[in-house]
Amino acid sequence: MADAVSTREALRVVGHPVARHDARDKVVAATAYAADWALPGMLHAAVLRSPYPSARIVKLETARAAAMPGVAVVLTAKDVPRNTVSTDVPGQTTAVGPLRATLHVLAEERVRHQGEPVALVAADTLELAQAAVDAIDVEYETTPGVFTPEAALAPGAPPVHPTGNLLAQWRVARGDVTRALAGAAVVVEGEYTTQLVDAAYLEPESGVAWIDSDGVITIRLSTQVIEHFRDVAEVLQVPQNRVRVIGTYLGGGFGGKEDVTVEAYLGLLALKTGRPVKMVWTRQESLLARAKRHPYRLRYRTGAAATGEIVAQQIELLADAGAYAYLSALVLLYSTVTAAGPYRVAAVAVDARVAYTNNPPTSAMRGFGAMQTVFAYESQLDRVARRLGMDPVEIRRVNALRRGDTLPVGQVIETHVALPELAERAWAALGPPAPSRAPHVKVGRGLACNFQPYGRIVWLHDWASAWVGFEMDGSLVVRCGCPDVGGGQAASLCQIAAEVLGVGLERISVHVSDSALTPLAGTTTASRQLYMSGNAVLKTARELRAQLLTVAASLLRAGVDDLDLEQERVVARDGRTLPLPDLLRECARAGVPRSHLGVYHAPAGEPVDLAKGSGKVFPDYTFGAHAAEVEVDTETGVVRVLGYAAAHDVGRAINPQSVEGQIQGGAVQGLGYGLMEEVVVENGINLTTSFSTYLIPTAADVPDVAAIVVESGEGLGPFNARGIGEPPIGPPAAAIANAIEDATGARLTRLPITAERVARALGLLTEGA
Amino acid sequence: MIARLVLNGRAREVEVRPNQTLLEMLRDTLGVFDVKEGCDEGVCGVCTVLLDGRPASSCLVLAAALRGRAVTTLRGIERDGGLHPLQEAFVRHGAVQCGFCTPGMLLTVLALLEREPRPDRPAIRAALEGNLCRCTGYAKIVDAVEAYVRAEGGRDG
Repeated sequence: MADAVSTREALRVVGHPVARHDARDKVVAATAYAADWALPGMLHAAVLRSPYPSARIVKLETARAAAMPGVAVVLTAKDVPRNTVSTDVPGQTTAVGPLRATLHVLAEERVRHQGEPVALVAADTLELAQAAVDAIDVEYETTPGVFTPEAALAPGAPPVHPTGNLLAQWRVARGDVTRALAGAAVVVEGEYTTQLVDAAYLEPESGVAWIDSDGVITIRLSTQVIEHFRDVAEVLQVPQNRVRVIGTYLGGGFGGKEDVTVEAYLGLLALKTGRPVKMVWTRQESLLARAKRHPYRLRYRTGAAATGEIVAQQIELLADAGAYAYLSALVLLYSTVTAAGPYRVAAVAVDARVAYTNNPPTSAMRGFGAMQTVFAYESQLDRVARRLGMDPVEIRRVNALRRGDTLPVGQVIETHVALPELAERAWAALGPPAPSRAPHVKVGRGLACNFQPYGRIVWLHDWASAWVGFEMDGSLVVRCGCPDVGGGQAASLCQIAAEVLGVGLERISVHVSDSALTPLAGTTTASRQLYMSGNAVLKTARELRAQLLTVAASLLRAGVDDLDLEQERVVARDGRTLPLPDLLRECARAGVPRSHLGVYHAPAGEPVDLAKGSGKVFPDYTFGAHAAEVEVDTETGVVRVLGYAAAHDVGRAINPQSVEGQIQGGAVQGLGYGLMEEVVVENGINLTTSFSTYLIPTAADVPDVAAIVVESGEGLGPFNARGIGEPPIGPPAAAIANAIEDATGARLTRLPITAERVARALGLLTEGA
Repeated sequence: MIARLVLNGRAREVEVRPNQTLLEMLRDTLGVFDVKEGCDEGVCGVCTVLLDGRPASSCLVLAAALRGRAVTTLRGIERDGGLHPLQEAFVRHGAVQCGFCTPGMLLTVLALLEREPRPDRPAIRAALEGNLCRCTGYAKIVDAVEAYVRAEGGRDG
């Protein structure tokens, strides 16, 4: 750690809370989001969606709609050149895994969830498009559906797909769990239920497509994955180099814009009409149709020794995939790997299953399966501590993983684990206890830790590329196909380039997220962009620097190691300087490139057998600890969060302000998950398709989150950074549940922890009341 | 129908449909994209404009019903042709992540400060209740407003 501190002092731009270029654009609304875009002659698109969760399409006639004045085209499944899109491995790595999840672009013969797309319309105005959707003659015959994973897996359940309702299953078996449980001083059993939630970013899915003057189908949209251009090309049956995706700065993503959203529809409509087309989902459509976070049932038997050491975890997970596979098998894999928590446990058995139902599909969302498990394993640990009379920080210190430990799946932890320090600091940050305002208002505290992988599964062979080059005046251009979801992804790349090449941030133009014009860098998902694109820019900038300094060394007759780049000058150790434009002219004259294209390959590995515990699954993990203080009104069940502290070891903070923002924002999303958010679905029908029924935290619902940024100096990212996009969303629900038990003695095991559920747990309501 | 309004200080007359909202008129007819669309039911706050100086969800206002009222969007708050100091404070204090809520947030804060020049943190949070943010957890937005209030207070006296 001393090493990290001394390096930080030497850094000029990295490690400083510099203002982000995109923030300057955003405060004056100069940022053109996907929907802030219009082209001459542009059509407006709308989607016909199924009102039923399970039905056969018995009639689908479009002639009347297509004949309406102002309607350019109406499309159904038979009009789609290839109506199947692959959804299991988005991004630039392909041909891995046995999953090959697919879905139809437009429904064929049957629909499997409410909101499933059936037909597309493009018309001169949005009103006309919507009127044409209403004029499509469609009839359904409803069929029996399944609406819970338990029902889906019961014998004789109606199959959602011909392959059966069990979509994926993973197992872990390490040590003798039965024996360890039998010998444990304490065994705690718990069943936990987590709910369906929505990413609920403020910018709905949106984009505009046109056929550019070179004939390339160009789609400008809000996406976390520009590599979906390949999927669009497959759907359109055109060569992949005839589709270009321009990713805009996103109005939020959180995993919800990882899968294909509007791009295939837009590509189809632009191709069929030859005109520019715009599609913007309404909020209702977004909440109805977009894939969500998996609801889980988690059953745990946790055995501990009298010392507090966890000796066994027997775990059974059951998740609801909804009607299509999307990324469910991988989400479940994350759950399986993290199920026993960031702790040393000698005996672990995990049986994890995910089933198809006729509910809304579920897929990626911030936390990606490593989140639901936190609620269970941290609730269990807290209960063990209570049984043993142990302090919550102490039991986590006793059990925390350490470098060199092996996870139940066989992966060795290779970097520092700061868990005890994080737990201590988060707990201490709550300060002196808040006084109770009234006898019936009880105050309590809870702690919860987590670990979240960053970077993709090692057998996806992840890579990212970047281009860095100087203009003749010494200004710098960075090109990287990295979508910026709002976390400061692009700005961090600028900081890294500025650090290495000695130029001011104001002298850098950064171009991101264009599948034709920026080197591909993979998805902005899996907390991987700082790690992957950051490393790509770092490597590229270092190679460019070496290239330039070789020329400078011959000009100055100095050794390369005696030269530095600083404020657009070459500075020699003896004090001599050379202006950068002079060096660049000399490079041009000598035929030495002033730019460089570099690729960073993540450490890769072969697929592992989880059950056999055979090895590495993820590159590395980010650890965290959150502490919450709550008050519970024991007459009403209302819970208020009084104080909240969230500590994460980020390895190194490239921009401490952005890191704090990720921690605070992630923690508040996690509080929403813990306390209020739920997509309510009854027999496959979504009852919460507006922001007045799907509630996310407002400014008045949550306290200030104290972000504690710990820099161990160990991580696989640039300057030893770790990923921090997803980790902070994990612990809040468990921290709140633990605090509520501390305050009231009641253990809440079902999310969200609404006032009604607390009131029930306190015995204030009887069943049916 | 004709909608009459004063948009960022300029009198305008705009041909609109009877059911066209102010939000639709601004974005679809006038190309005023500094007003965002998030929920179309007056909950999320990203379409906030100032209507005669008070925050309003432009998705809930019929354009034809404006009858000459003053509509201020983010573009209308520039000071001396540069950034408003509140905008500077948002940049400096990391109050902006994805930025989709930012135009509405800024306008709501300015309206708050007109009514209440020295709000404390709870008052700032209460005023922002109608402007959702999914990225920041709100803390840095409140930090930025507080810092701006402090700096302006210093300037006043």
